[in-house]
Amino acid sequence: MTALVVDDNMVNRTIHHQLLDNLGIENVAVGNGKEAVDIHCSGKAFDLILMDMDMPIMNGIEATRKLREMGIRSMIAGVSTRSMEQEIREFIEAGLDDYQEKPLTVSKLISIIRKIN
Amino acid sequence: MDLVQLQRQLVDYKTSLYNEGFLDEQFTQLQELQDENNPDFVVEVVSLFFEDSERLLNELTKALEQQSVDFKRVDAHVHQLKGSSSSIGAQRVQKVCIAFRNYCEEQNIEGCVKCLQQVRHEYSLVKTKLESMFQLQQQILSAGGSIPM
Repeated sequence: MTALVVDDNMVNRTIHHQLLDNLGIENVAVGNGKEAVDIHCSGKAFDLILMDMDMPIMNGIEATRKLREMGIRSMIAGVSTRSMEQEIREFIEAGLDDYQEKPLTVSKLISIIRKIN
Repeated sequence: MDLVQLQRQLVDYKTSLYNEGFLDEQFTQLQELQDENNPDFVVEVVSLFFEDSERLLNELTKALEQQSVDFKRVDAHVHQLKGSSSSIGAQRVQKVCIAFRNYCEEQNIEGCVKCLQQVRHEYSLVKTKLESMFQLQQQILSAGGSIPM
């Protein structure tokens, strides 16, 4: 299994990378939604995308929408600190398969992965 | 101080950090991610947190010194700080950030300046506490012992 971590925060990228590593999931991290789109345009594909919501240049909602328009069928799990229903709903409607509130933990990540399997 | 005493001191110190609200369960999660393949993971992530926080605190100071404060920019920085403090379990820093974001939304400059002082204070405290904890851990490892969880 492979994963893409999309988060503008270096601390979160490092933690999410380690969480995935510990579960034996090969992963790559990028710093915003545009980099997530670009990496897919370069031909790479991932089983799982962990998508942050608030990012500069291109946020998680726009990136998710764009990836779905491109025909990307990977599991996209939104991971954010946002808790307002309206904001989360907009993120989900952009094309998420799952949403987890940060901070991401091992058990939250396992519940995301179970949905892929 | 012998090894057993050092280990006991570390356990007591860590417990006090949780009891006093400096750290929460998320820090425990972080420690559980550390293993023999990545033995310095916690120190590395916390060091990243320190670098990131210091950068953000400087940006916040500059942003709040402007004649016309850009509250969206201030809020963006606080959001980042809240995110990383939450990710490493720095609970007291995270809590001040929540109040700080409310003042940003209200465009309350006085509230924001007060929160900046508070977040600097809480950050400085948790940094000192974590550095002391890492020093104790290093002493234990140098004495040939292992870190009690």
